[in-house]
Amino acid sequence: MNAPFYQFGLFGNETALLFAVVIGIGFGFFLEQAGFGSSVKLAQQFYFRDLTVFKVMFTAIITAMLGLFWFSWFGLIDLSLVGVLPTFLIPQLVGGLVFGVGFVMGGYCPGTCCVASVTGKMDGWIHLLGMFAGILLFGELFPLIGDWCSSTSMGEITLSQVLHLSHGTTVLLIVLVALAGFWGAENLEKRLRTE
Amino acid sequence: MRYYSLVRSVTQLLTYLYTMSAPKPYMNPYLAGIGIGLVLLAAFVIMGRGLGASGALSSFLTFGVNSVAPSHAQSNTFYKEYLSTPSGNPLNDWLVFEILGVLIGGLISGLISGRVRRTVDKSARVTITTRMVYAFSGGILMGFGSKIARGCTSGQALTGGALLSVGSWVFMIAVFASAYCVAYFFKKQWT
Repeated sequence: MNAPFYQFGLFGNETALLFAVVIGIGFGFFLEQAGFGSSVKLAQQFYFRDLTVFKVMFTAIITAMLGLFWFSWFGLIDLSLVGVLPTFLIPQLVGGLVFGVGFVMGGYCPGTCCVASVTGKMDGWIHLLGMFAGILLFGELFPLIGDWCSSTSMGEITLSQVLHLSHGTTVLLIVLVALAGFWGAENLEKRLRTE
Repeated sequence: MRYYSLVRSVTQLLTYLYTMSAPKPYMNPYLAGIGIGLVLLAAFVIMGRGLGASGALSSFLTFGVNSVAPSHAQSNTFYKEYLSTPSGNPLNDWLVFEILGVLIGGLISGLISGRVRRTVDKSARVTITTRMVYAFSGGILMGFGSKIARGCTSGQALTGGALLSVGSWVFMIAVFASAYCVAYFFKKQWT
């Protein structure tokens, strides 16, 4: 197996767009099944009443992370062709802080908002409109803030490099943290149900 | 003609599912998480890239700006990035097709689970107007924040998280930290 298939030229651009739709269908399907088409359900995470967001996100991350690790271990995928996202430390920190406030106010994130809108949530449509307004604002301000957004560039740096651990050890560490988190989340929910 | 009747039967089936089924319970969160994780893994293996959402919204917005004011869009580095697709049309982009899939997948899931309803999601303690004002303002902050951070919960947290990218983990922790800090002020909307 020579993965990533697209990078090895197994198919062209038009087939890639077809795969985009199929992959998107899978993503949208599981987002809705998880209950992420509902802002009330999503927002309960921030009041410790329903920790589904945490459970789904971390299960998804460790599933994909472990898959990539084992595929690369058996030489089935060339990880150097799966680009690690470059880090811009301060902009990503600030962006995350702004995003978090938007999350509590709006109730959705960009992907879940699409799923909410298409299943009839009117607040989802308004949230989507707001996001377009926010991106437009960013686009118009880009000549002023563009340079700052590219500051504190650290390149394609990974957690293993920062922690000075091997890829495998870092993966194991994250899995252990996630399992501890799931255990804590289940206990917390159980305690809240009995109260 | 054959194609038309196929579309008609599918529509009838969907309408039947829509009207007949009561809302089903959500999927087990760990199962849904494995589902999303496998979809993300498939994107890595097939394409060598991850999922995204805010990027697709940027492409749609750039398409709009470029239609209204082409010279304005082409003189701006931000819009220009989304205009530089193989055909020069911002909609001819992988994430745009992926988000169309997300809409289709979300609709299929909602229909088979009886969850497609025209509603406004909120607690009983706030009015629809309040909810809409918050939804719009929250949307603005989120759109703006996702552009500063170069991605959202899909493109940064999920994708970059699985790739162990430092910036993505910083983004993810920042999102939850700030959300928990301000949650108190918006409690009425959700509980």
